Amino acid sequence: MINSNQYKSNRYKDGVLLVCRRALVLVVVLAVTVGVFGLLTSRSPAGRGGSLDIADSSSSLQAIGSSSSPRTGLNGVGASFPQPLYLEWIGAFRDLNQGVKINYQGMGSGGGIQQLTQLTVDFGASDAPMNDEEMAAAEQAAGSRVLHIPAVFGAVVVSYNVEGLEDLKLDPDALAGIFLGDITRWDDVEIAVLNPGVALPDQAIQVAHRSDASGTTSIFTTYLSRISSRWDDTVGKGKEVKWPVGVGGQGNDGVSAVIMQQPGTLGYVELSYALESGLPVVALKNKAGNFVMPSLESTLAAGRGVDFPDDLRFDLSDAIAADAYPIVGATWILAYEKMKDPVKAEALKAFLNWALENGAEIAEELHYAPLPEGLKSRALEQVNSIH
Amino acid sequence: MGERRDLVLRGGLQRLMKRGAGRLADPVFAVVTGIAGLAVLIILAYMVVVTTYTAVPVFRSQGWSFIFSTDWSPSEGKFGAFAFIYGTIITSLIALLIAVPLSLGVALFLTEIAPRWIRGPVAYLVDLLAAVPSVVYGLWGVFVLLPGFLQPIATWLSVKLGWIPIFAGPATGLSFFGAGVVLAIMIIPIITSLCREILKAVPVGEKNAAFALGATRWEMIRGAVLPRAKAGIIGAVMLGLGRALGETIAVALLVGSRAQVTASILQPGYSMAAVIANQFQEATGDHVSALVGVGVVLFGITIIVNVAARVLVWRMVES
Repeated sequence: MINSNQYKSNRYKDGVLLVCRRALVLVVVLAVTVGVFGLLTSRSPAGRGGSLDIADSSSSLQAIGSSSSPRTGLNGVGASFPQPLYLEWIGAFRDLNQGVKINYQGMGSGGGIQQLTQLTVDFGASDAPMNDEEMAAAEQAAGSRVLHIPAVFGAVVVSYNVEGLEDLKLDPDALAGIFLGDITRWDDVEIAVLNPGVALPDQAIQVAHRSDASGTTSIFTTYLSRISSRWDDTVGKGKEVKWPVGVGGQGNDGVSAVIMQQPGTLGYVELSYALESGLPVVALKNKAGNFVMPSLESTLAAGRGVDFPDDLRFDLSDAIAADAYPIVGATWILAYEKMKDPVKAEALKAFLNWALENGAEIAEELHYAPLPEGLKSRALEQVNSIH
Repeated sequence: MGERRDLVLRGGLQRLMKRGAGRLADPVFAVVTGIAGLAVLIILAYMVVVTTYTAVPVFRSQGWSFIFSTDWSPSEGKFGAFAFIYGTIITSLIALLIAVPLSLGVALFLTEIAPRWIRGPVAYLVDLLAAVPSVVYGLWGVFVLLPGFLQPIATWLSVKLGWIPIFAGPATGLSFFGAGVVLAIMIIPIITSLCREILKAVPVGEKNAAFALGATRWEMIRGAVLPRAKAGIIGAVMLGLGRALGETIAVALLVGSRAQVTASILQPGYSMAAVIANQFQEATGDHVSALVGVGVVLFGITIIVNVAARVLVWRMVES
């Protein structure tokens, strides 16, 4: 036991030492934290906005909130998949037009449709077109037609991790078979037939999918439903579905982590993410019978030869063009034809006109495929009918 | 030292009496603290009522299968949450199995064995672990701990011990095991700090008495420290368990998000908090109330765990 006098005399020294030591520890820990944080943020691809969006949206919200401000504020909510692009577009447009402040929050397509219907936002956005019921509800609430304005195309790629395997080809049946759990091994006959001369390992296939509700999943399952009636009957399409097999990772990051860490894994991520991170990708057999690698060009090709309906609620899955990549979807901006506030209507019109006419370059930089010419002019017609 | 403390106390009291503040301060203080206490009750009651009310349609349409079925398919209107309940319990149990011995060890080391100069920094570092946001734990788990450390262990377990059902392969990486280990790391600081305080509170006299009877340090800890601290330690463990049951993001990132009930801890699963986090954003209609229902069940489980802990502690204190 320590003598109490000795303890007292040592206490001051101990205290000082302790404080020094604690300060040192704190500095080290802070430095490590900052370093790790820097690493995390530098390795996150363009697909995620992070804190920037929050700062951006809160400041614009304030601008809209203050009624004394002479500026026009537009509020939009919807799909998270095109959020990085919309934020870039909004930033560039704001630099050109000092008067217009636009706020976009990528809270999800469902939320976009819901808030548009509740008239709490000026425009919505969705990775899937609204269905007839949703259209009816929104049009009744606003007393105006709802417009679907396509913004860009996006593609979903299938990626994998098999040692020594670089060029993998799959056709719709094989892909559906893997995701249905019918094909469980890499050297399955159905895969081998498509890859003559390629050494496939005797290894189990582990499927990786998104665990969070996402537009990427929606585009992917829409494709599987299109090409496989069994998938359509047993699983169906949606932002999240009941996967027959596999593990779920959160976000593109989570799925690609599973793919990279687990040999034998096959999963899907969005095109921009795959291009940024350099994951190996599968060449898929399209409707015309050609094996096509995913790229901006083959994504854009999906729009060729498609007969777009008048309301522009189209589907690009399994497109017919010879060089089209098959797993492609569009993302839409949703707006009312007749808006309550004419100033806002003009502002929205100006922004969408600018984005469709001049936004292609920004879109391509971020790996989104801008609209083909024919579709662009039809989208602009829709935009210019806003009043 | 005792005299000095008395002096300080007396000085403070005199100052207060001189100002005459006590007469007004007492009732004001009573009212303010009363409001604070009531607010907690009101918020809790409000939450229970609103969530239960939202979840009633699903409880009614699904009946007991909401708790005992594993079939969760929102598109078909089937909501069976058993796989989530199972996953929450399994991951929390794994976390406790790892965290309790470790935390108790750290706490005993810091209070009884470690040299004085180590105690401060180590205790401080352990406390610091509690300040790391759970999303950081989750991301660190997915990108660092899983590939570098857990995956090799899991693979080894599945290859060598795969004949035991709980280690049946293939080891999928994202799994009950991965989520459980990261949960353990997350609850270690809470359990450790509480245990440290509890162990510190064991009277020195009793420890010295044990030594005087010729006990070794281990015998002293077993005979004098642990029995005294048992009730408190259980309380600390239960607080840790509470955090493990409710942890959301880290588990959502690591558990593999597969609604299945399997004996193997190396396989992917799901948890209640994780399914709410993953699906709530895009849910509509019945799906929303089903997810809220999952929240209500989670709340119920937490209450049961806490009550069980109380009963356990009471029994111990009585005996």
